[in-house]
Amino acid sequence: MPAAADVQVRDSLRTGFEAGIPIAVATGLIGISFGVLARPVMGTVAPIVMSALVFAGSAQFAALAVLAAGGGAWAAIAAGMLMNARFGPMGIALAPSLEGSALRRALVGQTMVDATWALANRGGGRFDTDFMMAATLPTYVAWVVGTAVGVFAGELIGDPDALGLDAAFPAFFLALLFGEVRRGPLAVAAVVAAVAIALALTPVAPPGVPIIAACLAALLGLTTWAKRWDPSETEGGHA
Amino acid sequence: MSDTWTTILALIVITVAIKASGPVLIGGRPLPAPAMRTIALMAPALLAALVVVQTFTSADGEIVVDARAAGVAAAGALLVVRRTALLGAVVVGSVVAALVRAL
Repeated sequence: MPAAADVQVRDSLRTGFEAGIPIAVATGLIGISFGVLARPVMGTVAPIVMSALVFAGSAQFAALAVLAAGGGAWAAIAAGMLMNARFGPMGIALAPSLEGSALRRALVGQTMVDATWALANRGGGRFDTDFMMAATLPTYVAWVVGTAVGVFAGELIGDPDALGLDAAFPAFFLALLFGEVRRGPLAVAAVVAAVAIALALTPVAPPGVPIIAACLAALLGLTTWAKRWDPSETEGGHA
Repeated sequence: MSDTWTTILALIVITVAIKASGPVLIGGRPLPAPAMRTIALMAPALLAALVVVQTFTSADGEIVVDARAAGVAAAGALLVVRRTALLGAVVVGSVVAALVRAL
């Protein structure tokens, strides 16, 4: 039995790493874009340290936008924190799939990135956390290296938006969404509700808030309607 | 300390704490079925919100339809034909957005 479990872990690590490569390519390009935009505001060292230790693209862009506008540290911290607040519910989603000590679980939690977290979703509330860790590794390297390239070679690259890089991640998340909606009508309902919440709040709420609020659409899972449509209930106890 | 370094240090601590909170507080325990159903719906809800916000939000927080929308729509068209074209969707989305912006 331990041998079979080892094979499964190795398989998760390998397929996770392979799945992480296209994410890493997109992340590296966005990282270059972050480096280019951050250098005039933060200098050369700070953007690279930020990418290496904060490692959260949307929060870094949000904080950078505030600093660039002269908004000060507290406003920048608040903007970054709101963008990262979604990792709270995402971490709760991950929690039942995590084993081992609290320290180990906390460390695995650090490897959460939107794309790898979504790819590690196995349905029925379960996540393949070995897969997620392995998929995040190339993404992490690409994010830090991309930031450094953007900082030091920014003049050669010019305006990153001219390359359409700002459409790369929504396109990628849309691709992941196509996989999710195939899980059934409940997922489709959650998508419709999330889109409605995000669109309604975007003009009135600070950046980040529409995304966290849209996660409330998942509470559809608490309804009796959800129980009737739950695919994992009819499949039996597949772990 | 400069605003830049204050922001970075604070965001390091805050991000680590947020990412650790769920795994530490409720990790390793199975949750009741309704909670698991809610967790299962987190991914489609979050992804849908990220697509909408990153496609249609301007730098000053307004809803706009620009070159990104064209790129993401093109990626969507590709995904209707080939659902598994992850990297293809990224490339098509970026290229179409860049072309529309260059017009």
